[in-house]
Amino acid sequence: MDLCRMPAHELGRLLRERKVSALELTDAVFSRIDAVEDKVKAYLLLLREEARSQARAVDAALAAKEELPPLAGVPLAVKDNLCMTGVETTCASKILKGFVPPYDATVIERLKEQRVVFTGKTNMDEFAMGSSTENSGFYPTANPWDLKRVPGGSSGGSAAAVAAGEAVTAIGSDTGGSIRLPAAFCGVVGLKPTYGRVSRYGLVAFASSLDQIGPITRDVRDCALLLNAIAGHDPRDSTSAPQEVPDYTEFLVPEIKGFRIGIPKEYVAEGIAPAVRDVLAEAVHLLTRMGAVVEETSLPHVSYSLPAYYLIAPAEASSNLARYDGVRYGLRVEGEDVVTMYKKTRSRGFGAEVKRRIMLGTYALSAGYYDAYYLKALKVRTLIRRDFDAAFERFDMLLSPTSPTPPFRIGEKVDDPLAMYLTDICTLAVSLAGVPGLSIPAGFAGHLPVGIQLIGPPFTEGKLLRVAYAFEQEAGITAKRPVL
Amino acid sequence: MGKYEPVIGLEIHAELKTESKIFCPSSARFGGEPNTYICPVCLGLPGVLPVLNKKVVEYAVMAALALNCEIARFCKFDRKNYYYPDLPKNYQISQYDLPLAQYGFLEIDTENGRKRIGITRIHIEEDAGKLLHQGTVTTTPYSLVDYNRTGVPLLEIVSEPDMRSPEEARAYAEKLRSIIQFTGISDCKMEEGSLRVDANVSVRPLGSKELGVKTEIKNVNSFRALVRALEYEIERQVAILKDGGRIVQETRTWDEGKGVTLPLRSKEEAHDYRYFPEPDLPPLVITKEWVEEVYRGLPELPDARRERYVREYGLPAYDAGVLTASREVGDYFEACLRLYPQPKTVSNWVMGELARLLNATNTEIADSPVKPEQLADLLRLIDKGVVSGKIAKTVFEEVFRTGKDPQAVVKEQGLVQITDEAALKTIIDEVIAANPKVVADYREGKEKALGFLIGQVMKSTKGKANPAIVNRLLKEGIENKEI
Ligand SMILES: [Zn+2]
Repeated sequence: MDLCRMPAHELGRLLRERKVSALELTDAVFSRIDAVEDKVKAYLLLLREEARSQARAVDAALAAKEELPPLAGVPLAVKDNLCMTGVETTCASKILKGFVPPYDATVIERLKEQRVVFTGKTNMDEFAMGSSTENSGFYPTANPWDLKRVPGGSSGGSAAAVAAGEAVTAIGSDTGGSIRLPAAFCGVVGLKPTYGRVSRYGLVAFASSLDQIGPITRDVRDCALLLNAIAGHDPRDSTSAPQEVPDYTEFLVPEIKGFRIGIPKEYVAEGIAPAVRDVLAEAVHLLTRMGAVVEETSLPHVSYSLPAYYLIAPAEASSNLARYDGVRYGLRVEGEDVVTMYKKTRSRGFGAEVKRRIMLGTYALSAGYYDAYYLKALKVRTLIRRDFDAAFERFDMLLSPTSPTPPFRIGEKVDDPLAMYLTDICTLAVSLAGVPGLSIPAGFAGHLPVGIQLIGPPFTEGKLLRVAYAFEQEAGITAKRPVL
Repeated sequence: MGKYEPVIGLEIHAELKTESKIFCPSSARFGGEPNTYICPVCLGLPGVLPVLNKKVVEYAVMAALALNCEIARFCKFDRKNYYYPDLPKNYQISQYDLPLAQYGFLEIDTENGRKRIGITRIHIEEDAGKLLHQGTVTTTPYSLVDYNRTGVPLLEIVSEPDMRSPEEARAYAEKLRSIIQFTGISDCKMEEGSLRVDANVSVRPLGSKELGVKTEIKNVNSFRALVRALEYEIERQVAILKDGGRIVQETRTWDEGKGVTLPLRSKEEAHDYRYFPEPDLPPLVITKEWVEEVYRGLPELPDARRERYVREYGLPAYDAGVLTASREVGDYFEACLRLYPQPKTVSNWVMGELARLLNATNTEIADSPVKPEQLADLLRLIDKGVVSGKIAKTVFEEVFRTGKDPQAVVKEQGLVQITDEAALKTIIDEVIAANPKVVADYREGKEKALGFLIGQVMKSTKGKANPAIVNRLLKEGIENKEI
């Protein structure tokens, strides 16, 4: 029985049946971390002792025959842009080195109620800006399937940890593809929920109108369980949605007959690697065989999603990141006056990509450019949203590749920001439209995992999970694990 | 060389006295030990989010209604981006192109009668913290920041450039303060910074329709300072124009000590605040029904109260104006009136003795040591003839000083009026006997002479004699002597 390869729902059953203790499970995960973390570098911070004491508490509760939530005792990794009381939170940035938040993010609070075991804080692109985790201010993370390749980003550490057996599940955040892309690259399941489905309170903001927290898991059932735990309205986040949260596991039936699935032709056009195209074609074949009706459709404005995204997200980021100024917390580089201190602190504290986006965003919001850039981008965003609305009148959901290519080599795109940005071409529009996107493993390009993305109307996570679950049962992909 | 006319507009910030801050649960109270009314949200820690305090919207709507504004059915918040250590997020959540209210006005009294001053807009925003320097900002070795005030709700009220003299500006600011105070949403204390006035001023040749180049004056800490600063600035601008110079559009600060306006270090030359919609807050939708509900809860405003005082109490317009200049004065007046329903008498005392002593001791009327019940008691003592009007003033001063009840003061100090006619007659006979010349004058028709004799009686009774009885007995005494 390899505890490090099993999904949370199975481990939960073993825990409740007392076939394994939470401490044994936690220790098994940490032994795995000890064995492979040198190669993967998924974590920025490990919470070994805290995890063991949380596990012991769960074991005591189990021994006392307490009724525990489904994820109790399950080791879970948290992306380092979520605030946890008393635990250093850096967003993989030197500017936040040493910052220890005095409060819990709402998602952390809810996971604590679930009595999960927190393994540690995972690596990411600095402030979630990037698609490869190479923009971490500390070190890059490797793809567990091929250590010379990137795990995707920005939640690369979380996805790599789940894939490598260094955590059973993980929490990531997604602004333009930051959950879905690493999930695809690491061969795991990743969901970006509808904007507003999960509270952002305590998630260090990158682009507030796009950021969403979501699960990264070994299979679709775990994804549903984790979404159950974190979704729901939060009075501390005015953008969180009031909609009721269903039990997402109830959607998990392997029956999709009559589901209408659209393939936006813009997502299978040029730029998509042949291997990715093949995996998608196979998936379509499988879904059709299962009774779904798959047809081509069009999202006419998605070709503008990259420029629109790279105006809106940096504009918001330029303002969100203004608070890192050396006055109150994190890095301070002294200067003769306060303005010099600001400049020195921010010059040294931020990495190149973060600076690039702050400049881009500042420019887009500047007097004289606002209308031409930021405002126009907002208009494009509305058009993209309408494209999705129109498509969802005909289809239950849309299907696309998650990424145009399989995982690329570390270093391959670091000097070409535009090539790096194109990695997210299939995920950006979903974020701009605020609709849910679910990436699931669908096949391989050689030894490298390839993911596909299911996109639904707002608040149809349940439906997406149902199709993903049916597909997963039929395809049996998740059984494969990387060898390290 | 022709005459110049000033054109003045005011931007007024009023802190709202809600329990909690605009976007977090921290206390919005004034003062407090530095950095005690704070939380992760108002400190702008990574990951926190603002949640709008509904009370702030209610208060803002009250102000907007009191100032005859149109309330927007749909408005939104925007971020105003600039770096300053007292601003933890380095942006201020404010309202930019869609403010909460627009197109209002208020009326002021001028030499030429009533004048309407337009109100361009009212919006809500968060206040910044406070920097504490050792000495001045340029010489201090380090500065400390107090974030207690960070996130306290602010109302920004922008007027039209409708004022044509420093006195009109003052009248507008005072009227605005009075209206806001009447609604009860702000203390409006300039000395505590809960009311802040910035003035925009330009000058132009009299009769010209075009606006001149304006300057903005900050750091005006009293209404008197506002008038002085504007007078100085207008003179300065006129002098430049008469010399053929040009006014530079800039922000200037009022130096109270030197009595001059000085250009502020132009660090913020044409500051670009890069406003954009606040993504953390959904747009604010205000329903007509809710506005009507707030309207029904609106207290009586200064103008309405003033008219009522004239109409119902028959007070002179002047009295009514003074009594309604602030809500507290009017409330005090009405509290007295409920116990002693003689409007003009109460008005005289409130505007006279009470105002004099409050001024002399720099006391707010709300903190007056003489309570309305005590003033009413005193007025009844006069009516009953227990004390004379003159002695009553002495009693009032004593009540003001000690807070004791008027009856007690009268008793302790033996200030009861002498109404015993036999006792008074003895004294009066002595006075008549001692002043034959004055008595003769009176007999010859010099009415004033009687006043002197009354004074003599008062002197020997230490002012306690009942003046009406003294008057009658004196006349009788003189007549009797004649027979
Ligand atoms: Zn607070």
